[in-house]
Amino acid sequence: MVEEIGNTTEGDLIINVGPQHPATHGVLHLIITLNGETIKKVEPHLGFIHRSIEKMCESLSYRQFIYVTSRMDYLSSHINNHACALTVEKGLQIEVPDRAKVIRILMDELTRIASHELWWGAMAMDLGAFTPFFHAFRERESINDIMEETCGARLTMNYIVPGGLMQDIHPNFQKRVKDFLSLYKSKIHEYDELITGNIIFQNRMKGVGYLSPEDAISFGVTGPAARGSGVSCDIRKLYPYDGYENLQFDEILETAGDSFARYMVRIREMQQSVRIIEQLIDNIPEGDFQTKTKAVLKLPKGEFYTRVETARGEFGVYIVSEGGTTPYRIKFRSPGFSNLSALDKMARGEKLGDLVAMMGTLDLVIPDIDR
Amino acid sequence: MGNEEIKTKITELLAASAFDESGEWLNITVSSQDWFSFASQLRNDETLYFDHLFCLTCIDFKTNLTMVYHLSSTKFRHNIVVKSVLDITKPEIETVSSIWQTANFHEREVYEMFGVNFLNHPDLRLLILPDGWEGKNPMRKDFEDPINMIKL
Repeated sequence: MVEEIGNTTEGDLIINVGPQHPATHGVLHLIITLNGETIKKVEPHLGFIHRSIEKMCESLSYRQFIYVTSRMDYLSSHINNHACALTVEKGLQIEVPDRAKVIRILMDELTRIASHELWWGAMAMDLGAFTPFFHAFRERESINDIMEETCGARLTMNYIVPGGLMQDIHPNFQKRVKDFLSLYKSKIHEYDELITGNIIFQNRMKGVGYLSPEDAISFGVTGPAARGSGVSCDIRKLYPYDGYENLQFDEILETAGDSFARYMVRIREMQQSVRIIEQLIDNIPEGDFQTKTKAVLKLPKGEFYTRVETARGEFGVYIVSEGGTTPYRIKFRSPGFSNLSALDKMARGEKLGDLVAMMGTLDLVIPDIDR
Repeated sequence: MGNEEIKTKITELLAASAFDESGEWLNITVSSQDWFSFASQLRNDETLYFDHLFCLTCIDFKTNLTMVYHLSSTKFRHNIVVKSVLDITKPEIETVSSIWQTANFHEREVYEMFGVNFLNHPDLRLLILPDGWEGKNPMRKDFEDPINMIKL
């Protein structure tokens, strides 16, 4: 590996971060070329958790492959399931009942809050503050409890399926979501008091890891990481699906392009998700939670692409069908893979100690990158 | 810009392109020799301005390998799909990593998984597969590994 990096001069130091490093939040290997304390190059080395999900899906039916996708971006598993269900529905040209659509969006937004909570706690921990992690998990646990009651799982939900939902919501669902919202609103100011306004934290984030809007687009960076550079890329706004077009919420944009901007995007996005949930929680329509579909799904010959907004960015599902019961080829365009490719650009010329802040604000989930 | 306008514009740029409108987006098939100059025109033309390559992948059709590029414009919000059919015995195509930097990683993934050789790529090395991987490309249809089974 070392000889292959190239462009090293006398006196450069090459260090490995990972595969087993707490700040990579998974098994990611970075080979870093250093000049003193300044980063000259970052080389990601992937594949430690590659399960070849795309190849596996080629032998799974359109009902079965949903389960595997929960294991990719395990913090956005509802949204992954949602994207796959939408793609299959697009191919079969079936319409989902309104009740299912509303519950899907509720689940997506709860997942988004839970994912951002975990990111917030973990990133603060990377930067040396341990307390925020417990604050974040206090709220995240109550979301997980809601999920557990309705979906039967806390992490890999497999709840959104082609045609609607796996089962109806639990009778307690609405009450518990409202309880969560009031808890969350009474605690949200603690986040800013603990971290956002903290001068030590701000000094470590501001001006660190600058990404220009042009580079963000060119590297295919999406989600909060791109919106921190002022690139409008929220799929929920640009190409709305399942009724996002009828909801009132803002696309959060920051213009600074540094780590602090990306941090602020996620903090403010959680409040927008709360806004969406508030609009829907009392207005879940009555009716079926599923349309009647055939036991064996067969997609017509053709190609189907759907994109959705996960907590990390644009997630795309590309299915090539030959008319059979299994996909001929399936490609998951995961947001983490493209976001990671911009890390080298962001890190060059920065200090080694700041790399953790940059990785933290990219919000990398390794199974999402490796697939 | 609507599909018809994109079609007229693209025919002006490259007369030898074949269209397919059966899918959601306009599909264009170009030969691998034309691809690089066509791609830079798609990126730099003021009225097309496809600056966001949001998906790059390859499909193994057993008789050929097809490269698929999904492009979108952050300025005009229109999308197209460009395809290029490659010879399966000698799959080669020009890299577009100088036009869209995201192609660098995606092409490395296609290189190791499908064995497509990207000409003039700045850093064509294994990204996901372990160092020293030899043998066939795992995402090809004829790949069989009796020890580490991928197929279920």
